[in-house]
Amino acid sequence: MSDAAIKNQTDVEEPALLTYLGFLRRSLWLVTEGSLLYYAWMMALTAIALVGANAWAHQVADGMITTNMTDYVSWGLYIANFTFCEGLAVGGVLMVIAAYLYDDDDMHQVVFIGQAIAIAAIVMCTLFVTVDLGRPDRSWHLIPIIGKSNWPISMMTWDIVVLNGYLLLNLHIVGYLLYIRYRGKQPNPTWYIPFIYVSIGWAISIQTVTAFLYCGLGGRPFWNTALLAPRFLASTFVSGPAFIILVMRIMRVLGVYAAPPGPAQMLIRVIRIAMIINLIMMFSEFFTLFYAGGDHAVAGTYLFFGLHGHHALVPWIWTAVCCDILGTILFFLPGAMERGNIRIAACVLCIAGVWIEKGMGLIVPGFVPSTLHQLVEYLPSLSEWKVSTGIWAFGLMLITASLKLIINVLTGRLHQRPSRTRRRPPRSWLTQRLSR
Amino acid sequence: MTDQQTTISLPVLGEVSRRTAMKGAGATLGAAAFVAAIAPLRHLGESLTADEFMQRHYKELSAEDKRAVLARLEAETASEYGAEVRIGDLRPIPGTKFVYAINLSVCNGNGACVEACHRENNHDRATNQSYIRVLEMPKGTMDMEQGNTTYQHPVPADDRFYMPVQCQQCDEPPCVDVCPVEATWKEDDGIVVVDYNWCIGCRYCEAACPYHARRFNWKAPEVPAAEINPDQGYLSNRIRPQGVVEKCHYCLHRTRAGRLPACLEACPTGARVFGNILDPDSEVRWLLKNKRVFILKEHLGTQPAFFYFSDD
Repeated sequence: MSDAAIKNQTDVEEPALLTYLGFLRRSLWLVTEGSLLYYAWMMALTAIALVGANAWAHQVADGMITTNMTDYVSWGLYIANFTFCEGLAVGGVLMVIAAYLYDDDDMHQVVFIGQAIAIAAIVMCTLFVTVDLGRPDRSWHLIPIIGKSNWPISMMTWDIVVLNGYLLLNLHIVGYLLYIRYRGKQPNPTWYIPFIYVSIGWAISIQTVTAFLYCGLGGRPFWNTALLAPRFLASTFVSGPAFIILVMRIMRVLGVYAAPPGPAQMLIRVIRIAMIINLIMMFSEFFTLFYAGGDHAVAGTYLFFGLHGHHALVPWIWTAVCCDILGTILFFLPGAMERGNIRIAACVLCIAGVWIEKGMGLIVPGFVPSTLHQLVEYLPSLSEWKVSTGIWAFGLMLITASLKLIINVLTGRLHQRPSRTRRRPPRSWLTQRLSR
Repeated sequence: MTDQQTTISLPVLGEVSRRTAMKGAGATLGAAAFVAAIAPLRHLGESLTADEFMQRHYKELSAEDKRAVLARLEAETASEYGAEVRIGDLRPIPGTKFVYAINLSVCNGNGACVEACHRENNHDRATNQSYIRVLEMPKGTMDMEQGNTTYQHPVPADDRFYMPVQCQQCDEPPCVDVCPVEATWKEDDGIVVVDYNWCIGCRYCEAACPYHARRFNWKAPEVPAAEINPDQGYLSNRIRPQGVVEKCHYCLHRTRAGRLPACLEACPTGARVFGNILDPDSEVRWLLKNKRVFILKEHLGTQPAFFYFSDD
C-alpha cells in the first residue's frame, strides 16, 4: 500500500520504513487507549466476538449440523448477513462520489467514515462466507494458481475478486491519505485519485456481481429475476447511508467528532430517492409474482402469506415491509432534515427493513419450496445467531478502532514527531477530554 | 511505548508505564480467551493430516499420487470406521455415454431403489440418506407441487403414479458452472462427479441444482463396520468426509466395470433401464428412439442424461 508512498516521501532524518513502522506502532497504541466507556465498549464487543468464535469452532469440529440449515434450505443466516454487509460496504461510495466527483467540501471532511465502514463491512462479508464453508481448512483452494479458481464461469469467483479488490482499494486510499497526513505532508494525487475513480465503479460492480450470484440460477425462480441487481443497488443506497448517518450521530453524541450538517442532509436526499425506487421495484416484483401466478409465485406466496400451513417467514417479511414504509415516510418528513429523533428512527427502521428484505427475506424463499417442491422451513439455530452476532461485534470493533485512528490523524492529534529529541508528543484527544 | 511516556497521569489507571503493563496483560488475556474459544478446533487439527491438507485436485494427481491417496483413504477408513475396504479409481470407458431411463408406467413407488442406494453408497444410517427421492404424484398432472416424497402407505395407491428423481447428469450442468474451485465436473462418459477431497463445502452447487440432486454432509456419516460396502471408488461411494457435497454418480465403481447401478439391480418392477447411448444396439437407445420420452424441467436447458417414458 504505502511502499510507493514511502519511496516518494523519503525523509532525510529518518528512514521511511521506520517512519511507517512507527506509524503502525503508534496507531496500535492509540486504538488500545481510551476512556472507561471506550474500554467497556471494546471489551463487551470482544466478549461477544469470542462467544461467536467458540460457536464457530464447535461448528467446524462437529459439522454444520449445529446450524438449522438442511439440504432443503442450504443457505441461511450467514449468507443473508453476507448479502446485507456487501450493501453496507457499497453504501459509502455515495460519499466518495459526492466528495470527489461533485467536489463537495463538507463531504470531503467525512468521506473517511464511509470508507472505514466499507473496510469493516468487507471483512465481515469475508467472515460470513468463511463460516458458511463446510471445509474452511480448504479455503486455500479458492486462491488462483495455488488452488483452482473456476474463473470466469463461477459467479462466486467473481465475487471473491471484486470483494478483495474493493478491500485493497479502500485500504490503499485510506491508508495512504492517513499516512501522509500523519507525516504532515500534502498527498500526491497520482497516488490516490485514480484509485478513487476505480473504487466508484468497483463498488457498483460488487452489488451487481452478488446479485448475479443468485439471479443466475435458473432452477430458483424466486431469485431468477433481472430486477435483483437493480434492487440490490437501490437498497444499498438506503442501508449504507442510513448506517453512516447513525455512526455520525453516535460520534457527535460522544463528542468525538462533529460532522458538518451538509453531508447527512445530502445522504438523506439520496435515501429518499433510493427507497422510493426500492419500494417501486419491490411492488413490481410483488405484482409480477402474483398477477400471473403459477410456478414463480409459489415461493412468493410462502414468503408473504405462508403455504400449506408453513408460515415461518411471514412475520419477518411483513416486519420488513412495515419498517420500509414507515422509515420512508419518516425520511420524507421535514424533521428528517434536522438533527433529531425522527432522523434516527427513520435510519433504524430502514436498516432493519433492508436487513430482513435483502437477507432472510431473499435467501430463504429461494429454497422454499425446494426444487422438487417440498416444503421444509428454516429458522436460524442459536449457534448461527452466536456466530453472526460475533461477526457483527468484530465488525463494530473494526469500525470503532479505525474511526478513532482516522479522527486522531485528521485532527492532527496523532502526527509524526518533528525530531527525535522531542519528549512530549501532543496529548491525545481522549486525554484532553478526560482532563477537561 | 516511548511515544506515550508523558507526565500525564490519568485518574483511573495511573501512570503510563502501568498502563502499558495493563495493556500487555489485557492483550495476553484476550489471546488466551481466544485460544480457549477456538479450543474445539484442536480435535480437527489432530485428525487432519498434512498429506490430506496439501492434497492436490484429482485431475492434477499423478498415478503415483493417486495410489498414495487411495492407500491413505483405505487406512483412514480402517482406523475410523473399523472396516477393510478397497478404494478404486476406474476411469471412463472410451466410447461410452451413460444414460438412464425410467418407465413411469411400471414404477410403483416401492422404494427399493432408494434403499439400495442407501446401502451401496455408504450413506449415513441415522438420516437414512439416499441419492434418490420418489415423488408420488396424482395422475393427470406433472405439477411437482402436488407430489409427495414422504408417503407412508402401501403402494401403488389408486390414482397415483411414481416418479423417482436423482441426479440427471445434465449435459449443461449448472452445478458444475457455479463451483468456485472446480471440485465437480463432467466426465467423458457423462457422469458428473465430485472430488470430496477438494470440495470446500460452500453449497453453491446445491443452490444451483434444479433437481435437488446434491447432498451436503452436515456431519461425518456414521455407518457400522459390518454394513460398510467395501467395494468403493474415489469419485463415487467411498465414505465422504464431513462438510463436503456429494451426489449420485451412476454407481461408476460398478458401471465402469460393466455392472449395473445398484438402484437398477434392486428394482423389482423393471422400471429402470440403464445403458450406453452410443451403443446402437443398447436397450436404452431403442427406448429413446421408440417411446414417448420426456426430461424434467426441459425449459431450463440443462439437457439431462436421464429420461422418463411410459408404455403407450
